[in-house]
Amino acid sequence: MSPIGPLLLATLLFCVGVYGIIARRNAVLVLMSVELMLNAVNINLVAFQNLLWPETAFVSGQLFALFIIAVAAAEVGVGLAILFNLFRNRASVNVDDVDLMRW
Amino acid sequence: MTGYDVVFALVGLVTAGAAILTVTSKNLVHAALHLAVTLAGIAGVFLVLHADFLALVQLIVYVGAVTVLFLFGLMLTRAPIGREALDSQNRGLGLAVAGGLFVTLAALIVQAYAGHPSVLPQRIPTEAIGMVIFSQWVLPFEVLSMLLLAALIGAIVLARREAGDSGDTVDQTRIEFGDAPSTEQGRAATEPVELGAGESGSESR
Repeated sequence: MSPIGPLLLATLLFCVGVYGIIARRNAVLVLMSVELMLNAVNINLVAFQNLLWPETAFVSGQLFALFIIAVAAAEVGVGLAILFNLFRNRASVNVDDVDLMRW
Repeated sequence: MTGYDVVFALVGLVTAGAAILTVTSKNLVHAALHLAVTLAGIAGVFLVLHADFLALVQLIVYVGAVTVLFLFGLMLTRAPIGREALDSQNRGLGLAVAGGLFVTLAALIVQAYAGHPSVLPQRIPTEAIGMVIFSQWVLPFEVLSMLLLAALIGAIVLARREAGDSGDTVDQTRIEFGDAPSTEQGRAATEPVELGAGESGSESR
């Protein structure tokens, strides 16, 4: 199969994530959009590893995808904890309201 | 056009549609469920690309854990879940940036890989991944485990309710009893002492 298909799908997922980050207000949805972007990068890594350079580079594409999955899980945990703290203090998870560190 | 392409086209269409529904649906719980479908579709893409171990990890970690975590996040924050003002004012800006980025990247990809020969995806055995992780990538693996431990402790410290200031601050979120079911209302009306005792108990705690 041609590598264009997975690369285009990854591009679409990445751009959908960018749209979600810019246009949505709920912070949980912003975290979901970040997850979409990380998954797009994972598809790219696996496609490059298994379609273009399968014998070289010691499966490092799939390894980086594994590392990204673990780091993304840690990011979701810490991000939701920050969100709970924010909601407890300000009763809102709207990203437009969070300007605590502006000045 | 091999069988791989057909299966990939089907799985990719499902994944892309669910991803678009994730960022556009009005109901946040629906968005989380569409995100689960998207992540499962990405696991299917990994299966088509012969990355079996990665597909299983994706199913377990993302569809199993991260989606449940997101649903907990939606339920616990009591954010406006329904069809309220979810979109900010810069929706047009988001569409412009995302569309422009997609057109640019898609043009670059098609230009770069248009003449690439169609190859079959290579199966990389899970054995090879394990051997490489524990021989050449041991140090990043250990650093990753330290990162997970730090994230665990950090999440607990951040989300924990402080011991001293639980009852006396006014900006705590309160639970209104207005939309409670009738049995709760009747119980609260007959036994008003229970609520006061509960509040003082939470203050002393």
